[in-house]
Amino acid sequence: MTSTLRSSLVLRWMLAALGVILALAVVQELARPETTDLVSSGTAESTLRRAVPILLAGLGGIWAERAGVVNIGLEGMMVLGTWFGAWGALEFGPWWGLVIGIAGGAAGGLLHAVATVTFGVDHIISGVAVNIIAPALTRFLSREFFVDRPGGGLTQSPRVESVGSLDVPFLAGGDLFGWTTPDIFHWIEDRSWFLASDVAAVLGGVTRSVSWATLLALALVPASVFILWRTAFGLRVRSSGEHPVAANSLGVSVVRMKFTAVVVSGGLAGFGGAFIAIEQTGIYRENQVQGRGFIGLATVIFGNWQPVGAFLGSLLFGFADALQLRDRTAVHALLLLVGVALAAQAVRAVLQKRNRPAFLLAAASVAVLWWYAVTEEVVSELPPVTPHVATLLVLVFAAGRLRPPAAIGLPYRRGQE
Amino acid sequence: MNLRRLVLALAAPVGAFAFSVGLSSLVLLAVGTSPMEAWTEMLSYGTRLETFVETGNRATQLYLAGVAVAIGFRMNLFNIGVEGQYVLAALLAAAAGAAVDLPPVLHVALIMAVAMAVGSAFAGVAGYLKVARGVHEVISTIMLNAIALAMVGFLLRSWLLDETDTTLNMKTPEIPPSGRFPQINGIVETFTREIGRGRELWGFLLVAIVVGVLFHVFLNRTRAGYDLRATGINPFAAEASGVDPSATVVRAMLLSGAVAGLIGLPEILGDAHKYDLGFTRGLGFAGIAVALVGRNHPGGVAVAAVLFGWLDSAAPILDVVGDTPREIVSILQGVVVLSAVVAYEVVNRIRRAAEARDAAAASGARAPA
Repeated sequence: MTSTLRSSLVLRWMLAALGVILALAVVQELARPETTDLVSSGTAESTLRRAVPILLAGLGGIWAERAGVVNIGLEGMMVLGTWFGAWGALEFGPWWGLVIGIAGGAAGGLLHAVATVTFGVDHIISGVAVNIIAPALTRFLSREFFVDRPGGGLTQSPRVESVGSLDVPFLAGGDLFGWTTPDIFHWIEDRSWFLASDVAAVLGGVTRSVSWATLLALALVPASVFILWRTAFGLRVRSSGEHPVAANSLGVSVVRMKFTAVVVSGGLAGFGGAFIAIEQTGIYRENQVQGRGFIGLATVIFGNWQPVGAFLGSLLFGFADALQLRDRTAVHALLLLVGVALAAQAVRAVLQKRNRPAFLLAAASVAVLWWYAVTEEVVSELPPVTPHVATLLVLVFAAGRLRPPAAIGLPYRRGQE
Repeated sequence: MNLRRLVLALAAPVGAFAFSVGLSSLVLLAVGTSPMEAWTEMLSYGTRLETFVETGNRATQLYLAGVAVAIGFRMNLFNIGVEGQYVLAALLAAAAGAAVDLPPVLHVALIMAVAMAVGSAFAGVAGYLKVARGVHEVISTIMLNAIALAMVGFLLRSWLLDETDTTLNMKTPEIPPSGRFPQINGIVETFTREIGRGRELWGFLLVAIVVGVLFHVFLNRTRAGYDLRATGINPFAAEASGVDPSATVVRAMLLSGAVAGLIGLPEILGDAHKYDLGFTRGLGFAGIAVALVGRNHPGGVAVAAVLFGWLDSAAPILDVVGDTPREIVSILQGVVVLSAVVAYEVVNRIRRAAEARDAAAASGARAPA
């Protein structure tokens, strides 16, 4: 029973992904020759790479908030991750860089845990304090450790190596025991078959030269789901975030659970930061986190405090990011898709006799399609803030469907009633 | 009783500052430089008249930022969006000031009004979302920050740009002399000597002082201020006694945003006379730090603003003399913030415990009778 349920779930996800690729492919055909980059292996590869830090920050947010601790210090913990990641990679190699970056973020998490859990400081205030301390500390450390190195300086490190990547054998032409396997996805992509080639392009993009760190980060999604929802420890963590007094009365050490979860949260954010420095840019640069910790926080809400939801959110935001960098006209073509999707939702609302939403959706759809028709290009400042706008829209229009942990942000003292 | 309260109230900030200096000294020792030398250099450079002028200017902006944040904090309303509000307000106010020609005082008044209106409106969005849709203001203001900064980039690039400028520095057109705020070096110089090195003390300092006084009056002498404080201490009791929570939230957000709108003006009206890429950012977040250290109290925030302003103004000497990295001052500030909030929390617990003991003793003494 459960196995058929699960396989039907997997099937539904695959169908949904196929639907997204189909929609993008149709838009690409309609908008040709304006853009050819909406569905391509390059865009898929770039989307995944840009989604990973956001995903890790989002998972970090979920871990802390599931235990009832709001963590807006994710941004600062990511900053620590970038610096310590780069430093570790310089000193001991890229893998150690990731480990040390995680440790740096976890140290930020520990600070947040001590302030909020031990001393009962307001979670927002402590998070702000972490965000103030982290950049000050990294600037100081750069002066001490990077300035005297070739290529290093007050605001950046020397270049660092990445951990290396994988081409999946057969699918994306990777090597197997010294033999270069055929690149099936690439072969299909080159045939220019509608949809089939598009699917192959996307799959090729995410299976060709995938960083090992990316695979590790992706594995953390099911791992988080498993730990938080399928183990006794996870149940204790979540119950500390839902009803700490009840949890404590059943013998759960709420304080220890919160501590652990916040430190894990910082470690995940640190991993995200280290990923930016080591895998994405190959260098530590000041301000390179650029609010991704906050975007990660957005995916927590966007994904309704579920790891899979945060993953989807990070893909969406990563896609917006990737398109913006690769091909500005593709962003413009995307307006067409958004307009049509809004229209479809409007029709659905009409069928369900929900008049007000139907009217709003229809109006929004007309506005977006009109925007598409009268402009040549989307304002370059817009795509980077799509995560922020999307999060506000979700909170405004779908807040009823969100379910945050019940005791989120509340102070807890051992023995309170 | 009152003496104990005073000692406890002072113990926290002083203790936090001492702890932070100690920790920063340890950091300096760890990297092999002499903390004593660094602090002495900062003290001797920091007590020059010119450094005090710098401190005054920096503190003016930090104080306005601190008050903007504190208005919300007093009722546990976290306006994290001061950053976006003040940058957007400064840009639009500078553009408006350059677009019109008015008699001197009126011109400045218009620029200030535009800045306050923009800051207020942008903060009001978060207030409205909280009241009407239940969106937590921390999330909405974080998201609105990014949106505001994107708007600033777009507006400066496309609509408000000074077309006559040929340099690469994107800027709005210059504000004519009637829309500038005079410096007040004269006031200081009557008590001391002439201020050298071309330093000017911005007249906007006086506006900041007025804002502080108004903040104090608002909190302690008005119904709205009382509602705000009551909501901060116990929202349920406040509501039960007739405070309208929605109106209080929206009012606090609008006020906070209005003060936030002023943050950029000392610089624009007193020095730059335009908005350009060199405009000081980050004051919104610094304001959070200042408000936290100053316990959201009009006087406390002023002390914190002057302290942080002085640290910022005295730090550059470390680049010139000795081998202490000046970033140690940023670390010091960060540690002050965190240790201060922890210290306040600890003191709070001690006080509550003492009060509970006093109350128990009082009722225990009466019980047998």
